[in-house]
Amino acid sequence: MIQGIGVTDFFIISTLMFFMGVYGFITRKNLITILIAIELILNAVAINFVIINKYLYPEGLHGQIFSIFIIAVAAAEVAIAIAIVIDFYRTHKSVSVEEGEMMKY
Amino acid sequence: MDWSYTIWIPLLPLIGFLIIGFVGRKLPYPVPGLIGTTGIFGALVLSYITAYRYFFVANTAGSFEPIKGVEMLWMTFSDKLHFNMGVLLDPISVMMLVVVTTVSFLVHLYSIGYMKGDPGFGRFFTFLSLFTFSMLGLVVATNLFQIYFFWELVGVSSYLLIGFYYEKPSAILASKKAFIVTRFADFFFLIGILVISYYTGTFDFLTLNGMSESTLASVGSASFMGMSVLALGLTLAFIGGAGKSAMFPLHIWLPDAMEGPTPVSALIHAATMVVAGVFLVARLFPMYYHVDGGSVLHIIAFVGATSSLIAAIIATTQMDIKRVLAFSTMSQIGYMMLALGVSGYEGHHGLGYTASMFHLFTHAFFKSLLFLGAGSIIHAVHSNYMTKMGGLRKYMPITHITFLLAALAIAGIPPFAGFFSKDAILDAAYMHNKIYFWIGWFVAGLTAFYMFRLYFRIFWYEDREYHHTPHESPLTMTLPLMILAVLSVVAGFVFFYFLPFGTYITPTGEEFHMHIDYFLAGISVLVGIVGIVIAWIMYFKKNDKAEKVAKAFGAFYKWTYNKFYIDEIYMFVTKKIMFGIISAGWMWFDTYIVDGSMNLIGNTTVKTSHALKKIQSGKLQDYVYGVVLGVVALAVIFIYIWTR
Amino acid sequence: MFYILAAVILIFSFLAVTSRKVMRATVYLLFVLLATAGLYFIIDYNFMAGIQLIVYAGGIVALIVFAVMLTERIGDKIEGPSTMQMILAALVSVIGAGVTISVLLGHNFKQASQDVGQDVSRIGENLLNYGDGGYVLPFEVVSILLLASMIAAIVVAKRKFEN
Repeated sequence: MIQGIGVTDFFIISTLMFFMGVYGFITRKNLITILIAIELILNAVAINFVIINKYLYPEGLHGQIFSIFIIAVAAAEVAIAIAIVIDFYRTHKSVSVEEGEMMKY
Repeated sequence: MDWSYTIWIPLLPLIGFLIIGFVGRKLPYPVPGLIGTTGIFGALVLSYITAYRYFFVANTAGSFEPIKGVEMLWMTFSDKLHFNMGVLLDPISVMMLVVVTTVSFLVHLYSIGYMKGDPGFGRFFTFLSLFTFSMLGLVVATNLFQIYFFWELVGVSSYLLIGFYYEKPSAILASKKAFIVTRFADFFFLIGILVISYYTGTFDFLTLNGMSESTLASVGSASFMGMSVLALGLTLAFIGGAGKSAMFPLHIWLPDAMEGPTPVSALIHAATMVVAGVFLVARLFPMYYHVDGGSVLHIIAFVGATSSLIAAIIATTQMDIKRVLAFSTMSQIGYMMLALGVSGYEGHHGLGYTASMFHLFTHAFFKSLLFLGAGSIIHAVHSNYMTKMGGLRKYMPITHITFLLAALAIAGIPPFAGFFSKDAILDAAYMHNKIYFWIGWFVAGLTAFYMFRLYFRIFWYEDREYHHTPHESPLTMTLPLMILAVLSVVAGFVFFYFLPFGTYITPTGEEFHMHIDYFLAGISVLVGIVGIVIAWIMYFKKNDKAEKVAKAFGAFYKWTYNKFYIDEIYMFVTKKIMFGIISAGWMWFDTYIVDGSMNLIGNTTVKTSHALKKIQSGKLQDYVYGVVLGVVALAVIFIYIWTR
Repeated sequence: MFYILAAVILIFSFLAVTSRKVMRATVYLLFVLLATAGLYFIIDYNFMAGIQLIVYAGGIVALIVFAVMLTERIGDKIEGPSTMQMILAALVSVIGAGVTISVLLGHNFKQASQDVGQDVSRIGENLLNYGDGGYVLPFEVVSILLLASMIAAIVVAKRKFEN
């Protein structure tokens, strides 16, 4: 516990980080920067879990364990995403997301 | 006596139709034909048994009562309006049963040979069975509704059969024309049925025919345009019959109907369907006679005489064998209508009715023989035109002899069949109205002339070289020819002296004795012989007398050759006046507004989808944007707007 | 301390999503992750902070850096989004954030009074616990997931043989 800081403040931080990640995802044109935005989102969620665990339900450990899983999954996902980006770069010679429009009407 | 087996007479061909239609069309060569023929043969046997029982066992000569063999309720709309279907046996329907099944059977037999090798062999027999079923249902109809129902079915079968060679555009046009013209006539028939049944309160024939003169007068007392309504209804019904029987001016479909295969022409357009109009008038004859003093009969006689005359004139100039025979049919049916029109009712005055039915009977035989013979000739020579034939007697003896016998019969030479029936008609006409007699007499002469023109031109005229020698047709085709030839020869005097028609078929059911008036018979035979002699002079050996005569007639010849341009008049009226002027407004409305609104709906859908498809941009980011937007919007709605 | 970390997180995450150069964005991400780890430290969750640093800040950011280096020239500026897109996205994000925060502020969270300490051993026990409240199944599943992702990454990214 930190004195004087309520749980709501933590939530505000994580919310803002989450929505900035959403903004970044929708807005960015480079595949890697989109990936960065995804990481922000995941991170925000992890913070959320941990804070709830610490402040609202401190007896159990569920939030931490969940966060561990989230981090593990994020790592796996980034690995595959990078592999895809590399393959994409090989075929299209660029990592702009505009090249990925092949499924359009 | 139990007559319920008579329901099988029309049902056997129906079963044949269903079997061949669903199962048999692709079966190997003669099988569909054999199935069809067997069905008809069954109906034939049952018809003969029925005829024997009806005429000889069930009733004594002198009074033939109609019997309802079978009757069942078909549809009910309300207490008063219900439709029955059944089998009505009375002298004319039993006679028609015999005629239809005999000719149909012989045509089936003939077709097994004629249609050999045609890819549509199975389809042909399907339609033939359908037609036979419809025709049999028509002749045994117990009420106006049933006769109309089968009337239309017959029209459909005719359409299917005329358009049998569906790859030929002329055949398609001909079948459409036949169906549309007869359908147009049937529209009037329907109105006639409605009028009659509304005022008399019933559809049933026995009830209608049994109404006494006073009942009819009181029921039909309402007057419309100067005629009593019942007379109007009967006239409208007659118009329907006139369309089906190719009376002037609704005859235009009959020559074109020759596009169908020749057995079809023999069955439908010579012996059975085209006499449906005559049959209808005969069926309702008591009403025709009693309503309004028989005024409608005058119209019928006039139409019959006119058609007969016009058709005979046109037939003398035609070059296509089947067209000559078609106009000949129209002319003979004109005779039948004329005979009905001049007929009285009681006793000897009913001669016209009897003569008409007798002529129907004999005409079926010799006309179908003529058509089948023509089919045999066309099959051998591969052309329809007389100008491509000559001297065929050497190559096709059986066809030659049978054709000659039929021509003699139709020309009215004793003792062949046509003499007795035609003489009876002329007799009846003489009793009633001398003008009709002389017209009929003249037409008899023309008939003999154009028939023998046809005969001589084909079988004598000149000895041609053909690219491949014509050969006589196989037995399956010549056997029906021979049977029909026998019938054409003997049917006349057998049914005049031994089984006289006057005993069996009369308007009242009571017999009278038909006799030959030797004076009238003499002059009609004389005019027939004159016709034959003129034809012999012009056509026996190759010469140019025919062209000289044609030139002498000049413009009249040209008109006649073009069938008096009646087809052209119809086309003009339909295309220019009806389509161009009367329906132009509707067409505009239909094209622009009705069609336009449909197109509008379609186009709007297409344009909307074009616009909407841009949502599918292929960019992941846009999709995620959509998702987030949706979630946020839902959150806003649920949290703030939709408060509990 | 908290406020410094909070400020760092917010500023650098904003910069990460709006920066024009890829490498800079990566570095900003790194800072965000470090600050998050710091956040974990000050609430006494040392193990979490450690995991965060090792896996997230160390592994993932390194991967991203590799990707950047393999795919394009680092120094280039990448183009920004069109204005319309920015406004729309900003709108959605701001409204979403607003909704969430207002709901959060309006809610009374019952904060627990005691402060229970954390042992790493407890985390280990819970992860591998068969009984009630144990996480052994997700643990195994995640390990399979990691295996699958490794194989997938190798398969996807390797050079295809020409034949």
